[in-house]
Amino acid sequence: MPGARFPAKRHQPRVRPSPAEGRWRLSREAGLEPDVLVIGGGNAALCAALMAREAGASVLLLEAAPRAWRGGNSAHTRNLRCMHDAPQDVLVDAYPEEEFWQDLLKVTGGITNEHLARLTIRASSTCRDWMRRHGVHFQPPLSGALHVARTNAFFMGGGKALVNAYYRSAERLGVAVRYEAPVERLELEDGRFVAAHLRGGERIAARACVLAAGGFESNHDWLREAWGQNGRGEWPADNFLIRGTAFNQGVLLRHMLDDHRADRVGDPTQAHMVAIDARAPLYDGGICTRIDCVSLGVVVNREAHRFYDEGEDFWPKRYAIWGRLVAQQPGQIAYSIIDSQAIGRFMPPVFPGAKADSLPELARRLGLDETTFMQTLSQYNAACRVGHFDHAALDDCHTEGVSPAKTHWARPIDTAPFYGYALRPGVTFTYLGLKTDDTAAVRFHDRASENLFVAGEMMAGNVLGKGYTAGVGMSIGTAFGRIAGTNAAAAAMKKGARHAVA
Amino acid sequence: MQSLEALTRDARALAQGEAVPATGPEAEVARQLQICNACRYCEGFCAVFPAMTRRLEFPKADVHFLANLCHNCGACLHACQYAPPHDFAINVPKAMAQVRGQTYADYAWPPALGRLYQRNGLVLSVALALGLALFLLLAAALQGSLWAGAPRGDFYRVFPHQLLVGIFLPVFAFVVFALGMGVRRFWRDIKPVTGGVDVAAPAAAEATHNVLRLKYLDGGHGEGCPNEDDAYTLSRRRFHHLSFYGFLLCFAATSVGTLYHYLFGWVAPYDLPSLPKLLGGAGGAMLVLGTAGLWRLNRRRDPAHGDRAQKPMDLGFIALLFLTALTGLLLWWGRGTPAMTVLLCAHLGAVMALFATLPYGKFAHGVFRTAALLRFAVEKRLPNPVGLGAD
Repeated sequence: MPGARFPAKRHQPRVRPSPAEGRWRLSREAGLEPDVLVIGGGNAALCAALMAREAGASVLLLEAAPRAWRGGNSAHTRNLRCMHDAPQDVLVDAYPEEEFWQDLLKVTGGITNEHLARLTIRASSTCRDWMRRHGVHFQPPLSGALHVARTNAFFMGGGKALVNAYYRSAERLGVAVRYEAPVERLELEDGRFVAAHLRGGERIAARACVLAAGGFESNHDWLREAWGQNGRGEWPADNFLIRGTAFNQGVLLRHMLDDHRADRVGDPTQAHMVAIDARAPLYDGGICTRIDCVSLGVVVNREAHRFYDEGEDFWPKRYAIWGRLVAQQPGQIAYSIIDSQAIGRFMPPVFPGAKADSLPELARRLGLDETTFMQTLSQYNAACRVGHFDHAALDDCHTEGVSPAKTHWARPIDTAPFYGYALRPGVTFTYLGLKTDDTAAVRFHDRASENLFVAGEMMAGNVLGKGYTAGVGMSIGTAFGRIAGTNAAAAAMKKGARHAVA
Repeated sequence: MQSLEALTRDARALAQGEAVPATGPEAEVARQLQICNACRYCEGFCAVFPAMTRRLEFPKADVHFLANLCHNCGACLHACQYAPPHDFAINVPKAMAQVRGQTYADYAWPPALGRLYQRNGLVLSVALALGLALFLLLAAALQGSLWAGAPRGDFYRVFPHQLLVGIFLPVFAFVVFALGMGVRRFWRDIKPVTGGVDVAAPAAAEATHNVLRLKYLDGGHGEGCPNEDDAYTLSRRRFHHLSFYGFLLCFAATSVGTLYHYLFGWVAPYDLPSLPKLLGGAGGAMLVLGTAGLWRLNRRRDPAHGDRAQKPMDLGFIALLFLTALTGLLLWWGRGTPAMTVLLCAHLGAVMALFATLPYGKFAHGVFRTAALLRFAVEKRLPNPVGLGAD
């Protein structure tokens, strides 16, 4: 009778326990059988754990990764997209709700839930004081990122500093944290959470649970199955790199969808995907593997043909589509080609590019067919109509009579030395997830669970059906993590909640 | 130690006005900064990363500049998504510390004494202080009893003023000269890679402020830097302040005493509430507290921070400062007792050991870092040579 461990006074109205008292008493209790069990160890999970703890619940957080790798993809993030109606500390001007919503509408092509999206947007305007209280520091945009000074608040030191701050705060408040504790399956009873089963067999019962264990992007087999075989007989996902953690295997996501038939949202092939350096490590390459010179040159595929307008819009507005574009090319590889005019105008890449004194030599170095490559480049160079080059504006340098066109920043690639960077699709996180509502509840047959909630990548697909805009992943994780934590605490402490635990 | 061949290659490159490529620990810094420069999450912590973003490559002189700009606060290590166990194995504080240790040795004057940095450990420092104290005790014993004291606590009866001046003045002059020569060569190497222009008043004022406030131990957000784990603490900054300003007050006490002696003929020892006594008493107490705190922080420090091989040098310097301050306070307390001669010898031994090791030990960090901060303040006022399109 695990529920019997809790005396009745736990259901009286609570005051927030002092950290010292709370740490001792609640970590001990939480380790045995917490009010709220949080599964996952990234931003959304931590937000949920902190909110639940602040509401007076005892909380146990289970992180699948070892301590050194804790935090999932959050450790690779750098900012939060924030709505604000007037300048706010590190944020300049204003970024009203409507504009944020329109941006989201644009990138998702309408595949979003307006109610949940607006909820996320509004939450982003008020969450930062709470984040600060838990030790997160904000700073003005990093050099090379001034274009988001208005829309995105940067974490000082990046996402890992944020994750560290949250863990410190959680430990101070008495949240029990266990590392290397991967959950394999849940025990549910008629849509109610009863207990979680760890790999290795341990069973942990709790009165309420928050699922925030990430997407399935680290699971290559699942990506392979989702993307299937293309018309060329290739399995595109075989050539994908994962920008983030190796621990988002989607074990619980699959379990919830397949075994518990939880309501689902999203397409398994949709993900935040960018084009990254082909030499990046399979996992955890993070931000530094981005190649930011696409709009300054041309991009060709394995056949040495161009395939998309490299100058369609500002790079920060387009970087998120290039992962998918590359994924659709033969061999899932492409080559960003620039000349020395571009050097110093983009974030320096982590690995040096292939360098050559002539374009044919560059083609040979990249292993591209020299004749086709030269044809492509000559056609492009001849098509350039150079006006006044300005990389900070949608300038008038464009091509005429070449397909696809390059609509801005088109300058002939003619100044040696030339550089080439091989690109691969880099998956940041997947959008297939659990359908939820504004209470962050997991839903079964369109009925909300009373005590099982979801946050972060496991439900981001509710807001992000496709596409991406910088910092919105953290906005969703923070908003729904906090809602899930609050509601899980309320569910756990509701009168009678303990009966269902047994 | 670099090979002769490498030195020749560097010399040739320098003569031709080229950037000297980095080798060894410098190459490791260059490798890591190439990754950092593509990430930049740590820009808010300190001066190193903003200085890094003005560069696309990291030749030797740039690495030396950046390494001495680094305060080894550790913030970037704990925030780093690429820190070990990641394959990229980024540990900027450690890589920087290794280069820094090497620059102290490389720029030492005379060059042959540069290797003293490697040997200038805790045991050597304390042994030197003890040895000198014993030597002084023997010298004092030759003159009379060691347990007699002196009227009014007049220590010039044990060691005449002239003798003390004759010993300490040349040592002090050598310290200033040797460190001056070292930092001059360092300055010559880093000036061309930090804009090449001279220091103007605003830059000098900012650098002075950053040195005196220890700006870059505040973490960029004012909560301080990590010590034993990823939590921020201001204790390192505070104990360093106590040590630094305590040291300055002691130095001021000695200087005021010197003026009293030569200008007014007021001969030590002085009593409260005289200026030398006030300065020395306060300074000594601060130095004892500060160094005790720094010692404790150093011992508890996350082992991943900095270069462990330099710990003996750090601790040796801390120990000598502590011993100097402690014996000074004890001497004040025991001046009128028969223990005066022994305490005096202990104090003089500690002071002598401190000064003798000053140019080839941890003290150098203050000189080289100040130079780097000055160049940083100059460089940041110049237009950024790297113009990112996105900005």
